[in-house]
Amino acid sequence: MKPAAFEYERPGSVDEAVAVLAQAGAEAKVLAGGQSLVPALNMRLLRPSLVVDVNRVAGLDAVASEDGALRVGATVRQADTRLRAHEVLAAVLPHVGHTATRNRGTVGGSIAHADAAGELPLALVALGGSAIVASARGSREIPAEELFVGPFSTALTQDELLVETVWPALAPGSGFAFDELALRGGDYALCSAAALVRDGDVRVVVGSVTPTPTVLEIDPSHPGDSASAQVEPWGSIHASPDYLRHLVRVLVDRVVARARSEVA
Amino acid sequence: MISVDVTVNGRRHREDVEPRLLLSDFLRHGLGLTGTHVGCEHGVCGACTVRLDGVAVRSCLLLAVQADGSEVVTVEGLAGEGDLTPLQHAFRRHHALQCGFCTPGILIAAGDLLSRSTAPTRDEIVDMLSGHLCRCTGYTPIVDAIADVADA
Repeated sequence: MKPAAFEYERPGSVDEAVAVLAQAGAEAKVLAGGQSLVPALNMRLLRPSLVVDVNRVAGLDAVASEDGALRVGATVRQADTRLRAHEVLAAVLPHVGHTATRNRGTVGGSIAHADAAGELPLALVALGGSAIVASARGSREIPAEELFVGPFSTALTQDELLVETVWPALAPGSGFAFDELALRGGDYALCSAAALVRDGDVRVVVGSVTPTPTVLEIDPSHPGDSASAQVEPWGSIHASPDYLRHLVRVLVDRVVARARSEVA
Repeated sequence: MISVDVTVNGRRHREDVEPRLLLSDFLRHGLGLTGTHVGCEHGVCGACTVRLDGVAVRSCLLLAVQADGSEVVTVEGLAGEGDLTPLQHAFRRHHALQCGFCTPGILIAAGDLLSRSTAPTRDEIVDMLSGHLCRCTGYTPIVDAIADVADA
């Protein structure tokens, strides 16, 4: 349970960080909060030859409000009280890990890690947010729905660094709700669901039961039934596929009802 | 080897370490501060929780090199040479520990909670404790001890 040996770089700027990544390619892993990466290093599930620690990259800890959207620097900690300004982040962050892991874990790290059970990736998809990524070649914005391509897999190329996530404001008259079921508080969710309701439209995203946060086509009069018919969870030692489909039905009905009541 | 300059429980240490050395191992093996316990080494059990620049973090999920320039407080630093802290006294009063393996991490995390919120509810205390595994007490005396200090 100790990491294999690696080289360590601690760049001080985005330019330095992307220069290191451009040179190192697939051999490097970016270390932000480390709350998922370091366990994987300890268990030697990952053995990168280079760890690029971005915790001291200048400017990545900024939070800015722009046209109502919250722009969150990649190394802003999940416990950062500035994030509560956005009601969606305020709703999901208490479900992310534990106090001590939120103190260290970052918003950008959780997005880049792309765990299928991650609350922040699901929330970014639900909101239609995006990620800003930088490389030595320049920078680009990736919409959330194109960002997550598989479990632990994003559209970032090996030389790209996630520098910021953009969380659009909820439009006036819209309602948002999130819920999940985990075996213990702070554990990985067996099933998670978010609903965004606006002008009678219902947008539902589910996580944990799908490889990436997935937007489902919802029958507004039977949200849970229509959602559970669209997922094919694998199941695990803790929960059978049938039980997970049951959770999708219950949680989707619950979040849609709550989101609708937020509007009222 | 990379040089680390870190203040632990008020005492400054300058050491050369391998990048892969975990902060938990640096504290225990490098500095002999074995009060920080290592349970799972993947961030689940909470036994290794220490304060880094004022906030509770898992020392098994940090590289020692990442603590460069920082201030760390371990369980040894809570009371120092003096009397136990009010929280430690409350743990004793409420029998909030039996084997004591989880206690250092919980004391640090509870201290963090009490520093952010002077009057946490029982639900908030329980939520914080979800990050700490205790196999002896059933948690109730731990919640009682923290709530006792919060009420005081």
